[in-house]
Amino acid sequence: MENEIGHNIPDSLLKETGHRPFTGEEIVDTEVHWTGPTVHIGHKHGSKLCASIHDAIVATGLRDGMTISFHHHFREGDHVFGLVMREIMAMGIQDLTLAPSSLTNVMNDVVIDAVRAGTVTRITSSGMRGTLGEFVSHGGMREPVIFRSHGGRARAIEEGDIRIDVAFLGVPSSDEMGNANGTHGKAVFGSLGYALMDARYANQVVLLTDDLVEYPNTPASINETEVDYVVTVPSVGDPDKIGTGATRFTKDPKELKIARMVNAVITGSEQFHDGFSFQTGSGGAALAVNRYLAQSMRDAGITASFALGGITTPTVQLLNEGLVHRILDVQDFDKGSASSMAAEEGQQEIDASWYADPHNRGAVVTNLDVAVLSALEIDTSFNVNVMTGSNGVIRGAIGGHQDAATARLTIISAPLVRGRIATVTSAVDTLVTPGSSVDVLVTEVGVAVNPARPELRERLTGVAGLPLTDIATLRDRALSIVGIPAPIQHGERTVALVEYRDGTLLDVIHDVA
Amino acid sequence: MTEQQTGAPERLRRTMMFVPGNNPGMIKDAGIYGADSIMFDLEDSVSLPQKDAARMLVFEALQNVDFGSAELVCRINDLHSEFGRADVFAVVRAGIDVIRLPKTETAQDIIDVEQVIVEAEEYFGIPLGSTRMMAAIESARGVLNAPEIARSSTRLIGIALGAEDYVTDMKTHRYPDGQELFFARSMILHAARAAGIAAFDTVYSDVENEEGFRHEVELIHELGFDGKSCINPRQIPIVNEIYRPSAKEITHAEQVLAAIEEARAKGSGVISLHGKMVDKPVVARAERTMRLAAAANATI
Repeated sequence: MENEIGHNIPDSLLKETGHRPFTGEEIVDTEVHWTGPTVHIGHKHGSKLCASIHDAIVATGLRDGMTISFHHHFREGDHVFGLVMREIMAMGIQDLTLAPSSLTNVMNDVVIDAVRAGTVTRITSSGMRGTLGEFVSHGGMREPVIFRSHGGRARAIEEGDIRIDVAFLGVPSSDEMGNANGTHGKAVFGSLGYALMDARYANQVVLLTDDLVEYPNTPASINETEVDYVVTVPSVGDPDKIGTGATRFTKDPKELKIARMVNAVITGSEQFHDGFSFQTGSGGAALAVNRYLAQSMRDAGITASFALGGITTPTVQLLNEGLVHRILDVQDFDKGSASSMAAEEGQQEIDASWYADPHNRGAVVTNLDVAVLSALEIDTSFNVNVMTGSNGVIRGAIGGHQDAATARLTIISAPLVRGRIATVTSAVDTLVTPGSSVDVLVTEVGVAVNPARPELRERLTGVAGLPLTDIATLRDRALSIVGIPAPIQHGERTVALVEYRDGTLLDVIHDVA
Repeated sequence: MTEQQTGAPERLRRTMMFVPGNNPGMIKDAGIYGADSIMFDLEDSVSLPQKDAARMLVFEALQNVDFGSAELVCRINDLHSEFGRADVFAVVRAGIDVIRLPKTETAQDIIDVEQVIVEAEEYFGIPLGSTRMMAAIESARGVLNAPEIARSSTRLIGIALGAEDYVTDMKTHRYPDGQELFFARSMILHAARAAGIAAFDTVYSDVENEEGFRHEVELIHELGFDGKSCINPRQIPIVNEIYRPSAKEITHAEQVLAAIEEARAKGSGVISLHGKMVDKPVVARAERTMRLAAAANATI
């Protein structure tokens, strides 16, 4: 079959992987079956403390062919992943499936070594970048990587597409029975949102901490009912590298211009009403949107019921000011928002299922009014690529992109060109978020409304100074600046699959020479 | 003839954004910030080894990049340098709106450059007079000669104060309250107004000091300058905000223009509003207010 952007997805592949093809973003009302973990009940009478990572791995009985998982809340400051993976490799265990919530650059070398050593033969992740993306795109793995959104991973775990045998979860603070949180200790990251899925559904859970505290450790995000073993390590993470760095407003005039235009789209839409909700994301440009939006809310006397997603200190300041009533944290991007989650009643830690699982009984994104998202590429059908770069190499992550894009108003904010690369194209290289979920594209030279939303275009026509255009014009303008690029040279080999959040297959990524 | 003499509506020039002529990224994006005028600089912001490359870049950009409705200005190198003549020929050929002369001290400086512009227009078969001019005044001598400079050519659209060189010449430096520029600003404004051309204020180089910039723009707005030279796009919305007419001013301007319409329809020669006579300056002010109001809503 051919997908939305004309990529051939062979029936043989669908048969082999058991995927149904993507047919639309609508979630059909049906019954799904959730899986539960196999629980070892013997541990609760003695201490769960293991003397070393090696002892913990031995105790779990990890063996060839199993699935292991990690979370990525420590981001580029992660120390846990390398420690555990190096030990597993040293023990000669083979043929594992690696199923982390995502992979950060600091993990790349270990993953590549583990694949080369045969320790890891399958990977599912939100994304990957740098040397690992290059490695996979150049055919470094025999089995295709499966990319899933955060909500899609939660669904896959609940429905048993991902069955985790052992989860190795680093936590900034735990007691010896496994009551743990992400808000206290030396390397805090706030919400344990992604890791909560692993804790709840893995057959065995090993916590690693550098801050072992007195029992019972509260507040507990992960609690002892879910934990098999606890190991102390010298350091779980580098606090200076956990923050994404982008927690200050941008000074880039182009980003500020785009942010003002995004804000004008939001405030000009029918979604801007008292009690609305938003996810603006992280990064300097997103923070600028936050600032302009906050001012518009003050001017209009409007407050928001909740802010969602990756949270930063400026969003917490909106909570403190009373402009936002609640923050739902699936992850926190800086120390300020991480620490305040412990004290702030208005800041609620949520897990990835609650955040965005399409197949549960209630996910926050279902009630999200406004989402502002980025794009590496967006095509004239509003399809978005956040996964492969202009050379076709994997260098991104789905994250919550597909999930948040289900908001009532989804705005893609991106510069028309980056360097010599056009952002707006005729067809994206990789389909990650279907254009049917996207309502508006905002670039520095103009705003294009999805033709499927004529009423929105009509509304925005009345916004003074907002340059409305159509997306083909933006593409032509981009190409007039950078020229028409040579097509990306992909090979025949499938190196990765991109799932939609409901588990259907959106696209395949082929190798590059 | 000046714009006012031709009767064409006077162009708004609230902001003139400086763009280094050797920076392709900034040149490419120069049109998106809503600057009334964009000034590509071939002079002080371009080092000697890059002069030719910058000239070629600006030449190409003028013909291939969409800068919207902005007025396009190029600051050329001194005619006495080895670059000045080539600069004039290149930008005239590329269809520049306005050539800006740096460090103008006498009317003769203008006449000399105009001669080269005439040569270039004739050479390329461009209608004579297509290329307009403006002069930056950056010394004590230039300030004292401002009235003659302002009247030296019908191509002139305006004169501008360049304060950095001027304060050095005056053996002082910039102060937050602007006292050191009071005479120069007043002189340039009077010279411009007497000649019926525009007056531009100098740049404010401390980009991070938004409060200081705002203060200075409020000052020059009160004095009567047409606009401000900007060195960063972030300064543009601040200028536009300060030049935005108040709701009361807009209402009054609308009433003035309505009264004129009414009088015209009735064939009445004398126009009054709220018992006060509406004369020519009142009408001119009302028209300018409406243009400023429309422009204030034109960009986000």
